[in-house]
Amino acid sequence: MPELAHIAGGFGAALSVIGAAYGISKLAAATMEASGRQPEVAGEVRTSMIISAALIEGVTLFAEVICIILALK
Amino acid sequence: MFLSNLAFASDTLKHAEEAHGGESSSWMLHHIADSRTIDLEPFGHINLPQFPPIHIGGIEIDLSITKHVFFMWIVSLVLVVVLSLVAKSYRKQVVPRGLANLVEVFVVFIRDEIVLSVIGKEGLKYLHYFLTLFFFILLCNLFGLIPYGATATGNLAVTGGLAFLSFILIQLAGIKKHGLIGYYKGLVPHGVPGFVAPIMFIVEFLGLFAKAFALTVRLFANMTAGHIVILSLIGLIFVFKSVLVAPISIGFAIFINLLEILVAFIQAYIFTMLTALFVGLSIHQH
Repeated sequence: MPELAHIAGGFGAALSVIGAAYGISKLAAATMEASGRQPEVAGEVRTSMIISAALIEGVTLFAEVICIILALK
Repeated sequence: MFLSNLAFASDTLKHAEEAHGGESSSWMLHHIADSRTIDLEPFGHINLPQFPPIHIGGIEIDLSITKHVFFMWIVSLVLVVVLSLVAKSYRKQVVPRGLANLVEVFVVFIRDEIVLSVIGKEGLKYLHYFLTLFFFILLCNLFGLIPYGATATGNLAVTGGLAFLSFILIQLAGIKKHGLIGYYKGLVPHGVPGFVAPIMFIVEFLGLFAKAFALTVRLFANMTAGHIVILSLIGLIFVFKSVLVAPISIGFAIFINLLEILVAFIQAYIFTMLTALFVGLSIHQH
């Protein structure tokens, strides 16, 4: 049934975006707090934030690829 | 820039509807997926030369030139020409001018911020690989954003190939530093109880492949996602069959297109950065 696959694709995309948004928002909040407390290490903190954000995003994109495959079935 | 994209989208939509009986998502795939022709709609298309497939031990290998291969060649050509011109300009004078200035910013950034800060001094002998990787991915990403261009990095085979090269570098760097047995022994951290060690080894060993797989999918999905969003926004005009939707969807599409320029740089940076990070992890084992 292609309709169910479409619904599943939409729900999956939405759910994985919620997860990623939660993860990245916590990450950004912590980074800003850290660079607010210690502005001299802001560069290093930003670098490690980008790496962690990329790792979170990577997992999300796995889910999104699966959703695209479902939706284009 | 956008008008030609729009003309292209409407033409492909028309063709797709003729070909697939009005199936709505296939024209998007046509734009993103690899093909054997280079589309120059409204001026027709170029058929790329085809070769008969080679049979090696029951496996059929088709080495025909496709759209993405063609664009990778263009990127390589541009890189070889531009970067060798830049390198030559340093022979005349040490202070960079013009284009050399731009390239120097990237090269110094990759050397100081990525290689030296993540791997350390030992990483400098792998600097060539990181520079090549960064400039190749960056130009592949950017070529997908110009009209009639194709994103070679929006192809799993291309990103998989890049990640495979990174995987080999990660292993070789570790083996060179610690020796073949020492490297794979060092995958298990010190101080792990004896009965957990075999499980940890299996997990860490699979992790080596997972890193390369994550690199592959991250670049592929990021480059594909942007194109799908732009095409969907333009597709809204044809879904609603109204001109009134056009200003909104074109406005958003331009915004996403500008965002894609940012994403092109970030993804090139991330791929290089993560490769450097993994090389650093395999060199400095704990």
